[in-house]
Amino acid sequence: MTTVEFPGPGITLEQWNQISALATSLRPGQALWLSGYFAGFDHGARALRGEAVLPFGDGVVPASGVGAAPAARTLTILVGSETGNSRSLAKDLANAARAKGVEAIVADMADYKPRRLKDEQDLLIITSTHGEGEPPASAVGFFEFVEGRKAPRLDGVRYSVLALGDSTYEFFCGAGKRLDERLAELGATRIHDRVDCDVDYETPSAGWIASVVGKIEPADAAPVAASAGLASHQSAPAAPAFDKRNPFTAPVIDNLVLTGRGSSKETRHVELSLEGSGLSFEPGDALGIMPHNDPALAETLIGALGLEPDAAVSVKDRQLPLGDALAEAFEITAATPRFIDHWAGLSGAKELEALRGEDAREARAAFLHNNHIIDIVRRFPVAGIDAQSFLAGLRPLQPRLYSIASSAAAAPDEVHLTVSTVRYELNGEPRFGVASGHLAARAEPDSTLPVYVQANPHFRLPDDDKAIIMIGAGTGVAPYRAFLQEREARGAGGKAWLFFGERNFDSDFLYQTEWQGFLKDGVLSNMSVAFSRDGAEKVYVQHRLLEQARDVYAWLEEGAHLYVCGDGAKLAPDVHAALATIIREQGGLSQEGADDYLSALQGARRYQIDVY
Amino acid sequence: MTTTVVDRSHDISQPLEKLGPDETLKANSDQLRGTIAQGLEAELTAAVPGDDIKLMKFHGVYQQDDRDIRDERRRQRLEPAYRFMARVRLPGGVLSPSQWLKLDELGRAFAGETLRLTTRQTFQLHRVHKKNLRAVMQGLRDVLLDTKAACGDDSRGVMASINPQLSALHTEIHALAKQASDHAIPKTGAYREIWYGEERVATKGPEEPLYGKTYMPRKFKIGFVIPPINDIDVYAQDLGFIAIVEGKTLKGFNVAIGGGMGRTDNAPKTYPRLATVIGFIPKDKVIETCDAVMEVQRDYGDRKDRSHARFKYTIDDKGIDFIKAEIESRLGFSLEPAKPYSFTSNGDAIGWQRGEDGREHFTLLIENGRVSNFADIKLFDGLRAIARVHKGMFRVTPNQNLIIADIESGDRPVIEGLLKEYGLDKLNRGSGLRLNAMACVALPTCGLAMAESERYLPSLVGKIETILAENGLTDEPITIRMTGCPNGCARPYIAEIALTGRAPGKYNLYLGGGFHGQRLNKMVLENVGEEAILDHLGKTLGAFAKERQPGEHFGDFAIRAGHVAEVKEGRYFND
Repeated sequence: MTTVEFPGPGITLEQWNQISALATSLRPGQALWLSGYFAGFDHGARALRGEAVLPFGDGVVPASGVGAAPAARTLTILVGSETGNSRSLAKDLANAARAKGVEAIVADMADYKPRRLKDEQDLLIITSTHGEGEPPASAVGFFEFVEGRKAPRLDGVRYSVLALGDSTYEFFCGAGKRLDERLAELGATRIHDRVDCDVDYETPSAGWIASVVGKIEPADAAPVAASAGLASHQSAPAAPAFDKRNPFTAPVIDNLVLTGRGSSKETRHVELSLEGSGLSFEPGDALGIMPHNDPALAETLIGALGLEPDAAVSVKDRQLPLGDALAEAFEITAATPRFIDHWAGLSGAKELEALRGEDAREARAAFLHNNHIIDIVRRFPVAGIDAQSFLAGLRPLQPRLYSIASSAAAAPDEVHLTVSTVRYELNGEPRFGVASGHLAARAEPDSTLPVYVQANPHFRLPDDDKAIIMIGAGTGVAPYRAFLQEREARGAGGKAWLFFGERNFDSDFLYQTEWQGFLKDGVLSNMSVAFSRDGAEKVYVQHRLLEQARDVYAWLEEGAHLYVCGDGAKLAPDVHAALATIIREQGGLSQEGADDYLSALQGARRYQIDVY
Repeated sequence: MTTTVVDRSHDISQPLEKLGPDETLKANSDQLRGTIAQGLEAELTAAVPGDDIKLMKFHGVYQQDDRDIRDERRRQRLEPAYRFMARVRLPGGVLSPSQWLKLDELGRAFAGETLRLTTRQTFQLHRVHKKNLRAVMQGLRDVLLDTKAACGDDSRGVMASINPQLSALHTEIHALAKQASDHAIPKTGAYREIWYGEERVATKGPEEPLYGKTYMPRKFKIGFVIPPINDIDVYAQDLGFIAIVEGKTLKGFNVAIGGGMGRTDNAPKTYPRLATVIGFIPKDKVIETCDAVMEVQRDYGDRKDRSHARFKYTIDDKGIDFIKAEIESRLGFSLEPAKPYSFTSNGDAIGWQRGEDGREHFTLLIENGRVSNFADIKLFDGLRAIARVHKGMFRVTPNQNLIIADIESGDRPVIEGLLKEYGLDKLNRGSGLRLNAMACVALPTCGLAMAESERYLPSLVGKIETILAENGLTDEPITIRMTGCPNGCARPYIAEIALTGRAPGKYNLYLGGGFHGQRLNKMVLENVGEEAILDHLGKTLGAFAKERQPGEHFGDFAIRAGHVAEVKEGRYFND
């Protein structure tokens, strides 16, 4: 028996009999729906295997008679996620599409082969923005392709973009804007205008999802029963009881300063209990913390506004006193362009007015750098302002993410964080980071913090026998503590090399005795350190990498996985450049060859970056 | 006297595996090289590996850590704040102004802006970071100083009386001390290679003709004293040379052997011992005598039990006659009978003195040897200012004080002016007790300390001064010495009043030592706090004030009046 006797690629007699039986029992609408379903089903299954997506019409089902039906179009949801918000919205979008009878493939830009783009039909993109208009680290390769010269024409592709961002940054939603413009340039058809979401993205994103799902809806309403059946078939395991919207109240177990006497900074080690939460996490994941503002700052702000702390305000259908709202519900430290708009309107201040609009971008950024909300309120007082009007200019208090510094295998029911306390002076007053200030001043043992686990699938340990090279500076060393704890607990045999940078050896060698222990026990094979302020010359981790070029390259050639964690503005690019140099020199490659080498590592998920 | 009866089961005649682990460590160290050079480069720790810690002592370097913050750092996941103490080799305590200025510079750059004068007439640089050790050693080399054998199982820094009055004699004695030190230190090239980065040079024959591969069983201390001032505590030396002078001419030395302070609490087999005078040698036999005495200890000293390895135990175990005969046999001649001599004190004469050559000397009281800029007195800065103009020398005294020596009369006003300008003239005031007080470093840097010493003695002395004042004894010279452990760095067991640390705030109290170092004291209270110490001293000093005989020293009184039993020999110290 051979397969060629039957239509389609490799379909067996048994399969053909089943298809024939099914075909005779279908009503026309059902057949149409199933054709789309199978297209999507195959598409998804192959995507999971990392193969090229096969467009509709490759012989899975006979092409005749269904090509023009809207329901037959494939839907791909592409996600670029830094913190997981985009990923969770993609899930919402997929569910909404399914309810309309459209089965979508959800793909992360990190895993997606961008050459498939030209074969897409309906493409919905959800992406966050990192730093100054940059894509999330995991999506950098995707952006490079799309924005590069090799990007294919996308005529016939329909798309829409949902952009997530943070209006405190100058290039708000920059990554989403870039994709939106570029896809149009490449000939794709925008089926719905891009929506830009600030940190309080829930409402606008829900609106975009409803709209785009309406646009891709098939002409024939999908059979409800089938849809429900599929939904139940595919439903994920029960969602964790605690998540971002419903954080777990975690007791603080320990909170101490890691940096020794004489340090120029303060870095803390915070241990929280997750006992009874049912929360689980993997090395590489982050913990979201919902901080509270400094009560003294809330009080000062209320005083500067001439308001009373017990004035009743409503926040998302909740009535609460202004004091509580400012302490727990809104960002009240750094101002945003939106706050400038808002306050310019209320105060009529010319100076603020002048900071509005595209042209004032630089001046506005400089002003925001030097003026927090309290400074603006003091400089441009608004007489008789009411509490609710003030709140209207604020954005909701956002959780802060910290890389988890412990492994559940080593410290069950605990989660450890490594937090640098942000403290500085502005306009003659001490100012604090919102979450780090909370952790430094108001998180003594036995107090509690609302937390949730934020998965970070782009920062994962490889198999136990694989070598890892971990590069981190400052608190960027946190996930490596989790990695090594995990490897120790698992008895993993792979080699491990840690590059760590900080300011001063004596005071800032975070977790020094633990690394020494890991080295002694062989969990860590090598450790290289760079203390930038100990010598006349400033030495950083990239210098140590270059010094060890031969061995670093040998490790990579042997299949080592690379990790970079820390400051995204300096560390990651400098380390990347050092790696490229090493590969160029040790591998005898051109700069382009070295870049390709690193891209290939990224593509193979052997070069993972977690920066902030 | 025959050698056949001598027990050789603990000495160098035995194979290494039968001796203590330190003997193997030394033997396998490639003449003190070990892995020191590599350990200095290790960047993940400010410490060096355990075996190298011991070997580095032979290079004059101790690994220590700031014990004040040890626990704090443990909680912070930071290793202890490891630092190194580098002890300079400075025979007889004599140094030039340019050497002072270099030490000042190194102290400011690498050693916490302080210098510590020691009870063996030298300097300690504390809190030196591992990465700066080579810079310190090379800085010292620039002014012809080193740290060789300042610690370790070898001939430690050689002491010599400071003797401001007898200028010519001092010059002669100091030269001998320097010669003895240069002769007796290890000859290995390890020091030059490790600290100066020099290439290893092949040697003809053994690198260490005297020491061999296993060096001494334990530290070995040599000192030269010029009576009548026993400032170096000659009876606390393993090998003491007591100058015998006729007219103004040095004839030779009485040789005293087997002194030593160290003991261990609750270990009765350990005890301090005063050196035994065994005879006289002409002055041209000093180096031969050093060799002969060290060889005897090298060959017979206990290499199984380090707490029993000092020369004093070898002598008491083998018998003084046997040891003397061994020394004479190696010398090839018999010692002449000891010549008469006498001591009057072991302290320093504070203030101005004039030497026989007409030059002037100013002895500055430096409390506990700590040279630092204090809130009220800028001692560190003041001494630097003096060193910049001084044309003579400096001498570190065995009591941790400092002599600005050899000042031409015409230059005295300049020095006086600087002393006044920096407030140093105020330092030489104090009770007879304070002028004769001495404490070791102890906490926070010394790893052996069980209690405070340097940081505590001044305040305790203040409280005792109240008692002295009540009894009219303020100006009475009384020696008081404190150490943070029983090992005896401040030579406590020969003080009239001594305290050795047992635990934070707890000390043993000893009374009855000889004022000029001629007699051991004895413990009267064990493991007690300040209140009990002051109570006991109040009663004894009160009785001393009322019942003393004219000119009688407190230590002598304590024994005569039955406040404490006399210790006639070291081995009875614990009885």
